[in-house]
Amino acid sequence: MNQVITPPAPKNSASKGRKWRWFHRFGSPAWVYRFASNWAPRFGVVAGVLFLIGLYQGLVVAPPDYQMGDSYRIIFVHVPSAWLSMFSYFVMAVAAAIGLVWRMKVANITARSIAPLGALFTFCALVTGSLWGKPTWGTYWVWDARLTSELILLFLFIGFIALHDAFEDRRTAARASAILAIVGVVNLPIIHFSVEWWNTLHQGSTVTRLDGPTIDSRMLSPLLIMFLAFNFYFAAAVLNRLRVSLLDLERKTNWVKELVHG
Amino acid sequence: MTPKRKQRLMLVGLLVLGVSAAAALTLTALQDNINLFFSPTEVAQGEAPSGATFRLGGMVVDGSVKRSQTDLNVSFDLTDTAEVVTVQYAGILPDLFREGQGIVTTGSIENGVFVAREVLAKHDENYMPPEVSDALKKANAKQYQTSTGQ
Repeated sequence: MNQVITPPAPKNSASKGRKWRWFHRFGSPAWVYRFASNWAPRFGVVAGVLFLIGLYQGLVVAPPDYQMGDSYRIIFVHVPSAWLSMFSYFVMAVAAAIGLVWRMKVANITARSIAPLGALFTFCALVTGSLWGKPTWGTYWVWDARLTSELILLFLFIGFIALHDAFEDRRTAARASAILAIVGVVNLPIIHFSVEWWNTLHQGSTVTRLDGPTIDSRMLSPLLIMFLAFNFYFAAAVLNRLRVSLLDLERKTNWVKELVHG
Repeated sequence: MTPKRKQRLMLVGLLVLGVSAAAALTLTALQDNINLFFSPTEVAQGEAPSGATFRLGGMVVDGSVKRSQTDLNVSFDLTDTAEVVTVQYAGILPDLFREGQGIVTTGSIENGVFVAREVLAKHDENYMPPEVSDALKKANAKQYQTSTGQ
């Protein structure tokens, strides 16, 4: 049962023992590689099944909207993308902060692995919203607080990647990009509350409201299924990217050599 | 946690707090520039720029839409339930434009009338199938009849 590769205990904290053990496991690239290899395919399968159910429910079973007809169905992609663009940024910033404070290289490469996925989700949210905006609002784009802050999120992801990859030295890269990621966290509440703090063309929240969702239950259930599907896809994709980065990072170590040469 | 890590964690916390405070101050100062549109009340109070282009947002008043028989000219009233501004527009309105719907329009005030160059429909946060909307309308109509005693 307990056949985990225990990493060498970091200096000065050996006395803390059990309490931090689970945390230090994540500091071991070999352990994280095995963890990722175990879970990525499982999350991927769950995501695939949920995608099929969600898309069928959303595109075929759910009724059309009384005003927008069928064009509202883009929310089944738009809303989960927008949620994940923010969630993935938050996870990326937390990973980067852990890397900054504990100097943990696994945390640093986790942040770097999340960044392109976050950029992808943000891009999807912007494009699907824009395509929906033309028939609904009458324009592809308007510089209101919600759209602009989401665009800034895309630039933050791209900026994080650019800054990280601009340094030769891995540790300098991790430190500089972590600070950018942490500073950018301030944009997350701005995106979420933009539709409340200012008047915008984008509508207010439908699902996360104090008085309950203002969407018909037959439309809400496929939305929630798609939401879960996106989350599982995100987990699977991050773990897969992490596996590649771990092998690259540790290519000179024995466990990678053993893995590659059998 | 080693003292060094504790110190770095505190620095990260301070960084987040500092940036949040800076952002909060900036956004509060720029409040007027971030709002997408002026409301009819702000227009009535003279807060909207006169003689310049700005955006006006509000609900289309029921029964106020007057379409020209010969061209694309249309006029309607916009309200935020307190004040009313009359809007004139020549062009094709978005599909979602209807009475009681929120819209955002770009243009300027000329002789007390807002002359619009662009009209955008604002979608609200409600999603429902047509039959539910019909049922709601019927229920509202019934309530209206009983309340007016007809």
